[in-house]
Amino acid sequence: MKIKGQGVSLDNLDWRILRLLQENAKLTYTEIGNKLDVAHSTVYDRIQRMEEHGIIKKYRAVVDLEKTGLQHIMALMTIYTEPKESEHIANKLAEFPEVLEVSSSFSEELVINAKVVSQDQPKLHAFIAHSIAPLPGVLRIRTSVITKKYKEETSQPLIF
Amino acid sequence: MAVSPSRILRTVLREEAFYFFTSIGNYTGQSASSLDEFLQKTKEVNLKSLEFHLYREDFEKWIAQTLGDSKLAEDIKGLRNLKVVGNTLRDRLYFLVSRRLKDLKSALQTTK
Repeated sequence: MKIKGQGVSLDNLDWRILRLLQENAKLTYTEIGNKLDVAHSTVYDRIQRMEEHGIIKKYRAVVDLEKTGLQHIMALMTIYTEPKESEHIANKLAEFPEVLEVSSSFSEELVINAKVVSQDQPKLHAFIAHSIAPLPGVLRIRTSVITKKYKEETSQPLIF
Repeated sequence: MAVSPSRILRTVLREEAFYFFTSIGNYTGQSASSLDEFLQKTKEVNLKSLEFHLYREDFEKWIAQTLGDSKLAEDIKGLRNLKVVGNTLRDRLYFLVSRRLKDLKSALQTTK
């Protein structure tokens, strides 16, 4: 990994380490070293530096809610906002534990997209009605409840 | 204890306003912060929204719990029990709310 000013550039070994960690973050330095045919100290050094520079943001367990038996529904919200309030609304949304993802996008107008989880439809509605709709600058909201997932990938493709 | 007309007719905070949805999570962008504003919105919002909220009992809950008007809440409950839909619902809801508003404003005048 090379550091130039604020930016960092990854070399082939860094990318290969990242791919392995995205598949299994529990791999040890030795296991990664063995797979890539490098010393575990090299792997340690590369990972340390990628953590320090925020390239590796965190390690976490990916929980399959279906298998936990926990009653839940997921929904995708599209929130139409006044442009000057958009940033503020997105930041407020990000504070709610029910909101899993927040992003903004632009097609014909600027909108905020959010993925939200709730126990059931009445609770989902109550959350949107009492916590999202009253936010200043919210013009209208469209919500789709997810009925079936065909793919859910949490790791980045790292193929560009 | 009866709630005073002035309290029922007050403008509530943004967080306490009534937000009109057409279905779960689909907010129309219309809201009402007072009974006066609620009356106005009953003329404007999508019929689907009126039907959605009437049969979820949202109107009567907001009117009773937030505005404190148990009488109007009872009237709206009666409307729900009639199972009206469409423009009949809009007309009857408008009639009930406007009649109650008139009574409340008149009571407010006599107490001044």
